[in-house]
Amino acid sequence: MWKFFHQLASPPHFYRLSAVLIPWLVVPGILLIAYGTYAGLFVASEDYQQGDAFRIIYVHVPSAYLSMMAYMMMAVGGGIGLIWRMKLAHTVGAAAAPLGAAFTFLALATGSIWGRPMWGTWWEWGDPRMTSELILLFIYFGYMALRSSIDDTAKADKASAVLALVGVVNVVIVHYSVTWWSSLHQGQTLFKEGGPGMDADMLYPLLAMILGFTFIFGALLARRVRTEVLFRERRTRWVRELILAPEGGK
Amino acid sequence: MDSPTQEQPGIFAGFIAITRRDLLLAWKRPGDVLNPLFFFAMVCTLFPLAVGPSPEQLTFSGPGVLWVAALLATLLSLNSLFMSDHEDGSLDQLLVSPQPLPVLALGKTFAHWIISGFPLVLISPLLAIMYRMSMDIVGVLMLTLLLGTICLSLLGSIGAALTVGLHRGTALLSLLILPLAMPVMLLGANTVSLAAGNEGYATGIWALGAYVVGAISLAPYATAAALRISNE
Amino acid sequence: MTAKLSANDLTLIRGESCLFQGLEFALNPGELLILEGQNGSGKTSLMRAIAGMLSLETGEIFWNGEPVSRQRQEFHGSLVWLAHRTGLKGDLTLVENLRFEGCLRRQAKVDKAAIYERLAISRLKRLPLRSLSAGQQRRVALARMLMADVPLWLMDEPFTNLDREGRQLVMDLTEEHLAKGGMCVMAAHQDVEINATIRKVRL
Repeated sequence: MWKFFHQLASPPHFYRLSAVLIPWLVVPGILLIAYGTYAGLFVASEDYQQGDAFRIIYVHVPSAYLSMMAYMMMAVGGGIGLIWRMKLAHTVGAAAAPLGAAFTFLALATGSIWGRPMWGTWWEWGDPRMTSELILLFIYFGYMALRSSIDDTAKADKASAVLALVGVVNVVIVHYSVTWWSSLHQGQTLFKEGGPGMDADMLYPLLAMILGFTFIFGALLARRVRTEVLFRERRTRWVRELILAPEGGK
Repeated sequence: MDSPTQEQPGIFAGFIAITRRDLLLAWKRPGDVLNPLFFFAMVCTLFPLAVGPSPEQLTFSGPGVLWVAALLATLLSLNSLFMSDHEDGSLDQLLVSPQPLPVLALGKTFAHWIISGFPLVLISPLLAIMYRMSMDIVGVLMLTLLLGTICLSLLGSIGAALTVGLHRGTALLSLLILPLAMPVMLLGANTVSLAAGNEGYATGIWALGAYVVGAISLAPYATAAALRISNE
Repeated sequence: MTAKLSANDLTLIRGESCLFQGLEFALNPGELLILEGQNGSGKTSLMRAIAGMLSLETGEIFWNGEPVSRQRQEFHGSLVWLAHRTGLKGDLTLVENLRFEGCLRRQAKVDKAAIYERLAISRLKRLPLRSLSAGQQRRVALARMLMADVPLWLMDEPFTNLDREGRQLVMDLTEEHLAKGGMCVMAAHQDVEINATIRKVRL
């Protein structure tokens, strides 16, 4: 078991493994999203208060959830990279950042679209989740800006790992402080928490979408990590052999 | 050579020494103290000029404006926290001293706060008058600014350590610190607003206090780690 | 008997280039280690790695047989580093600078006035350091080194900015330090004439 993890940490092994893994992520992901989209749009019944507008949660919720998960991966990857000096962990963090930022933006956009019919405006400051999500986007930008302004890759890895770890604490604090703030100012929250009150035919598509999005995120992440690994290890022998191999490498 | 003639200086001695050195350096360049102060005052002047001087608007927006201005003034001053040490090589010397680096970082941050953050607290009553804020909430304003500027200096030291010596460091520093600083500003400004509205504001004060305690305990370690990484 | 300061299989990669690999050395009390190499060959990087400021790709530095990474504070308390940049504050005077340094590291019980005399900086005591010449600033840095009570001296190009007298002074001071049982690691361009056991590392 440990040997598997140890092997996974080695870039060439990861490269080979991920080539096998990616199709297993893409296919179920697409299937789940297809089911979720169809069921969410046509099968699930209308929400009694919001009408059809609520259906955007099928994109909004997975995006928001992935934006948080990507950040966790950045932070955990950075932590593992700092403590155990595993370069691949840093690589995963670097690859996850733009994906996470993209999903954050998607969550904000879908949230704004959702809010338009409900709030009457494109943005409602009083919604604590949306405001926290916006701050998360800034945190992502800061992380990516720091990475790109340090030339030495190893140094950039370590510095952004520290930033990501500090940011984890901050994300939690931001969430609580913004919630407190919005309770002072009585804004309208956007997301009526489905939870136990959600009908089965509304819930299942949502779960399918969350799972499907996660699979696709995994596939995209693996793809990005592969590219990043190739770039970082471009001077090593295994990469050279790979590129010069008869089938031209993939 | 092997038997020590004296003991290594204690941690507290190291902390006092570096704080004293930085304060002495600031004393030799008194102009540096005035920069954040003037910036603070000027930003506070900008708002009435931009949005109109109606008294109700001023009183209402006073706490928020003062807080945003204090945040921006602190941000600007943070760039210089490690810059001169980085340039003349004394940062390297700190990195190889037997004193624990978090303690040295805390000392520098403390000195920096005394020079840049604390004066803002002292001048805030004057600006509060400008914003037609009543005198009874000036006390709350000063308290929140006191706690808040300490937090901002501590959080900012992490960002300053990460960006020391980088090209275009200031802009990047602001980008990194702002998300960290937002909860502090949020707590501070809204606590003063609550006080202005005669509502209970104790929660905010306690929260800020907790923030200060957390920041003092944890930020120096992050700053020290960032300094080592930046200086490799 | 394990050497006081030693290292094995040191590899350092900076950015894209490998500065050195498989490097090793050992140093005992009374010995001088000279790092030789062209400009940019990695002498300063090696010195920074010894001081613990750079992380190595492979290999470890050992002090008293234990890895330095496990006794960082102890190791730093046993060395003083004379770097390329003096690391002194230009706005402060000599006395103010050295008083600060004294609180960072264990100080030897020495006659400060005698040290100032020897380094020819006595009459510069009350001036801010930035009004001193580069050579005088280096002498102040030497004073800092003399006043610290540490066995290991790390000196990166110690002869920079010094005139012939200054260079002879550095060699004399090093010789005395080694004679008392101290150790020295020196990165130097030029030949060093010191009466002591000399080991060399070529980069």
